[in-house]
Amino acid sequence: MSALDPADPAIEPPAGFAVQPSRGMRRLWPQKVVEILLPALIFILALVAWEVVVRLRGIPPYILPAPSLIGATLVKDWPILSGSLIVTLWTTVEALLIAVAGSLGLALVFAQSKWIERSFFPFAVVMQVTPVVAIAPLLLIYLDSRTAVLVCAFLVAFFPILSNTALGLASADHNLIELMELYRAPKWRQILLLRLPAALPFFLGGLRIGGGLALIGAIVAEIAAGSAGQGSGLAFRIVEAGFRLNIPRMFAALTLISLTGILIYVAFAMLSYALLYRWHDSARSRGV
Amino acid sequence: MTTVLERSPTGDASDVGRRLVSLRSVSKTFPNGTVALSRLDLDVRAGEFLSLIGPSGCGKSTALRMLAGLTEPSSGEIAWHGTRPEIGFVFQEPTLMPWASVFNNVWLPLRLRGVGKVEARTRIDEALAMVGLSAFAKSYPRELSGGMKMRVSIARALVLRPPLLLMDEPFAALDEITRFKLNNDLIRLAAELGTTVVFVTHSVYESVYLSTRIVVMAARPGRAVAEIGVDAPLERTEDFRSTPVYTETCRRASRALHEAMTDEDQL
Ligand SMILES: Nc1ncnc2c1ncn2[C@@H]1O[C@H](COP(=O)(O)OP(=O)(O)O)[C@@H](O)[C@H]1O
Ligand SMILES: [Mg+2]
Repeated sequence: MSALDPADPAIEPPAGFAVQPSRGMRRLWPQKVVEILLPALIFILALVAWEVVVRLRGIPPYILPAPSLIGATLVKDWPILSGSLIVTLWTTVEALLIAVAGSLGLALVFAQSKWIERSFFPFAVVMQVTPVVAIAPLLLIYLDSRTAVLVCAFLVAFFPILSNTALGLASADHNLIELMELYRAPKWRQILLLRLPAALPFFLGGLRIGGGLALIGAIVAEIAAGSAGQGSGLAFRIVEAGFRLNIPRMFAALTLISLTGILIYVAFAMLSYALLYRWHDSARSRGV
Repeated sequence: MTTVLERSPTGDASDVGRRLVSLRSVSKTFPNGTVALSRLDLDVRAGEFLSLIGPSGCGKSTALRMLAGLTEPSSGEIAWHGTRPEIGFVFQEPTLMPWASVFNNVWLPLRLRGVGKVEARTRIDEALAMVGLSAFAKSYPRELSGGMKMRVSIARALVLRPPLLLMDEPFAALDEITRFKLNNDLIRLAAELGTTVVFVTHSVYESVYLSTRIVVMAARPGRAVAEIGVDAPLERTEDFRSTPVYTETCRRASRALHEAMTDEDQL
């Protein structure tokens, strides 16, 4: 790094040649590249190390498959895995949509009165603190497996979105609320113009947490359902492959689950940035 | 004490117009038992620039919020002579919506009065021009300096052309240079628009520079203890700061404020 370090006086252009913009680029470029390249490089190194260890020690694939084999399995089993990926992804998205609608609605109801919030919040807390793995078997008795998986994913995504949004709605600037009162704005306008925008950063934070949790909820419920021989999501493929000792396929499915989680996270991070970058501190780097 | 506030203030140099609103023997006790105001009498007259000064906790904000209808008196009455006019309010903080552009922030009062964005355009542009921020309509609050944010806040308060403007220590958080500049702008705007202003400050100098009349308040319980007229027309420039009227009035106001605070120490 030091050879390319722009701070290195040796490669600083002579004073007369230093043009402002190009200087800025010189300073920004290597930093950005390093920020992206370094983690990627480390990740690739880890995969290479994994591959090398597996090959040198001759570890059999049914104990630990090499990354290359996992990649090959991913391609070979793609017809099966892609179907499962769509099932899991769709369940997650559906659960998340229901959770968003439900928690937004309930948060707005909570915002109407402290008493409503006090009375109903315990239910939300109970739902949150009870581990979804413990509820899944019960839900599988009451509901068909697809619905049960959906409900589990919904249950875990619901609470973080609800509590964050409720907090956000309550966090609108008090002076701004008074300003609305001064102009005698009806309550619905206050909610629309003030409380909802003020809650947006909180809501998006909840969404990021809820998005990851919905996937986990779906996976957990699929595993519970999968052992009963139902379902066809990615987790079911893992259970199924486990029974057949098809370890490479287990890893391939696991890889897809991780990628799905990353995809959800990145999608919401980008959404957050797009909606907040102009005005919210969370979406800005300092000093720019 | 300079002029003890009577029940019915006698007309003097500060009596610049008809009474707009009167607080009559207004008291405010908060649920926790704090007596914020005790039997406050206060007239606001059309066209005047009235400052309230006093130690913190003497009920200045409470009195202002009552005028705005944001809090009710526990006893006493707020009497509007005629219907209550449109009121503009400026807080100590700029209190802008961070998610909205400067333009949309200034639009808010009009929007709440049912004026659409297109219709509102000229009035918003005018309000921004008044505070010298025409070029910043598309900016977001976080891109502005403290003084500029306060200007936006003033533009928002003035966009409906309210006959009465209430300001609660609006410049307290600003540096002195910015504050002097905003003081001058405020005097100019109030004169241009014929706006009556009730201005809360803890700075004697600011109150004398800006006002036609100063009411000094004392705390525990909050009450008015003195009233000082500023015997000079409202067309003021920095030169006013070196006139005998200014220095003399500052001296009187400081003494009144000092007495108001000594009262407190003796309690
Ligand atoms: N909502 C409230 N509840 C209880 N006490 C309050 C409330 N608002 C103000 N007070 C008290 O009333 C007194 C007057 O407050 P305020 O009008 O804000 O004074 P000032 O603006 O002159 O500093 C203070 O002692 C303050 O603590
Ligand atoms: Mg105050």
